[in-house]
Amino acid sequence: MSELQFVLLEAGLKAFIIVNIILVLASVEVYLERKISAWIQNRVGPNRVGPFGLLQPIADVVKLFMKEDLVPDAAHKGFHRLAPLLSLAIAIAVYAVIPYSSYTNVEIAGTVRQIHWGLAPDINIGVLFILAMTSIGVYGITLAGWSSNSKYSLLGGLRSAAQMISYELAMGLSLMGVILIAGSLSINEIILNQGGGFWKWNILYQPVGFFIFLTSAFAETNRAPFDLPEAEPELVGGFNTEYSGMKFGTFFLAEYANMATASAFISIMYFGGWQLPFDHALLGLEDGSLLLSLLQFGAFATKVGFWIVFFIWVRWSIPRFRYDQLMNLGWKIMLPIAIVNVLVTAILIAIFDM
Amino acid sequence: MNNTQNTEAERMTFWERMYLPEIAKGLGITLKQLFKPKFTRQYPEERWEPTGSYRGRPVLVEEEGQERCVACGLCSRVCPALAIEVQAGETDRDKERYPELFEINMLRCIYCGFCEEVCPEEAIVMSKDYDIVFTNQEDAILGKEELLVPVHKLQDRLEFLRQYK
Repeated sequence: MSELQFVLLEAGLKAFIIVNIILVLASVEVYLERKISAWIQNRVGPNRVGPFGLLQPIADVVKLFMKEDLVPDAAHKGFHRLAPLLSLAIAIAVYAVIPYSSYTNVEIAGTVRQIHWGLAPDINIGVLFILAMTSIGVYGITLAGWSSNSKYSLLGGLRSAAQMISYELAMGLSLMGVILIAGSLSINEIILNQGGGFWKWNILYQPVGFFIFLTSAFAETNRAPFDLPEAEPELVGGFNTEYSGMKFGTFFLAEYANMATASAFISIMYFGGWQLPFDHALLGLEDGSLLLSLLQFGAFATKVGFWIVFFIWVRWSIPRFRYDQLMNLGWKIMLPIAIVNVLVTAILIAIFDM
Repeated sequence: MNNTQNTEAERMTFWERMYLPEIAKGLGITLKQLFKPKFTRQYPEERWEPTGSYRGRPVLVEEEGQERCVACGLCSRVCPALAIEVQAGETDRDKERYPELFEINMLRCIYCGFCEEVCPEEAIVMSKDYDIVFTNQEDAILGKEELLVPVHKLQDRLEFLRQYK
C-alpha cells in the first residue's frame, strides 16, 4: 500500500465514522433535551418508545421522513432546497479539525504509525477554520429565511444575520487571549499547552474571556436565551416556518450538531480538550498507547457531555432576550470587555514571559 | 405615590445588573426542580377515579333490567346542543311510557348536565366516563344499549344529586 493510498483510506474511514457519530450524537442530544426539559418542568418526558423512551429520537426521525415535503409556491425552489443542506454540511465540516483524543501508535504492515483521533487536528489554522465555518453557518439560515418568501422567515433570517455578526467579534476577540497564551492557532498546540493537570487549563487564566466566549457560543448556535431567529411566539418559528418534513429535520440536526461543536470548542479552548485533569505521566502509560488515548477520549467526551447538558439546562432556565437587549449586550458590553481582555492578556504575557 | 424608581433597570442592584450571578441563581432553581418528585399519572395504566361531582358521559339509569326513563322529552327539550333525541312508546308497565328510541350524539354533547338537572325521574345522570373516543361520526351517536348503565354503578352520582341538586 502506497503512502497516498494509506492517507486517503485513513481519512475516508475517519470521515465516515465522524459523520455517523455526529448524526447519532444529534439524536442523543434531542433525547437529552426532551428529558431534561421535562425534569426541569416536573414532568416525566418521553417514556413510551422503548425502555425509558430511548427510541424516541428514532420515532421522531421516522415521523419527519413520512411527512409531506411542502415548498411554498412563491419560494425560490433551488435556494429553498439548498439552505438546510448548507446548514448541515457546514455544521459537520467543523468536525474535521476537532481532535477527540491524542494519538495511538498502530503497527500497520511492519511500520508503526501515529494515528490521530480526528481528521486533521494539527492543521495550523484550526481555530480560524472553526470560526470561519461557524460564520458561514449563518448563510444557511439567512438563505432559508429569504428563499421561503415569507415575512416571518425573512425576519428570522435577518435577525440571525445581525446576531451572528454582532457576536462573532466578541467571540473571536475572547479567543485571542487563549491564542496568545498558546502562541498558536493550531488546536493541537492549544491542547498540548494545557497539558499536565487541571491547573494548566485556560479557564483559570482566561476567566473573563471564557464567559464572553460562552455567551457568544450561545448566540452563535442560536440557542436560548439568544434564540431570536426562531423565536416561536413572535416569528412562528422564524427561518424554518416554511419548512416541513426532513428539510426541517435537517435544520434540527444542524442545530444540534452546532451545539455539539460549541461544546467541543469550549472544552478544547478552556478545559484542555482531551487532557486528563492530572498529569497523564502519573498513570505510567506511555504516549501513544491505546489505553491512554481511550482515557483521554473519555475525558474529552465527559467535558463535551457536560457542556451539552449545560446548553440544554440554560435553555430551560432563562427567558429569551429582547432584540435591543441582545444588541446592547453584544456591542456595548461584550465587545469592549473582550478588547480589554485581549489587551490585559497581551500586556501580562509581555511582562512575565520576557 | 411618589415613585421615582419606575423602571426595572433602576430598581436592580449592581450585581443584579451584571446578569451572571442572577443567571447562576436561576440555574440553581432549575437544578433543584430537576430532582423533585414528578406527579405525572401514567394515564392508560394508571387511571384517575373522579368523585361524584364529576360530569362525564351522560347515561340512562337501568333499574331491574329496564330504564327509569318515561320519555317525557324534557332532556331533549333543555339540551342546549340539541344532542338528545327521544321517541316515546307505550308500555303495559306501571309507568305506561318508555323511550322507543333514545339517542345522544356525543359529538354535540357539551357535558353541561342540564338533562340530568331537568329529569323528573332521575333517569339520566352524568357518569364518570371521561375518555370517549370515536373513529367515525356514526359511532358517536349512542343508542339505548350503549347508554343504559345499572343503577349500582351510579351510586356516587345519585348520592351527590340527592345532596346538592
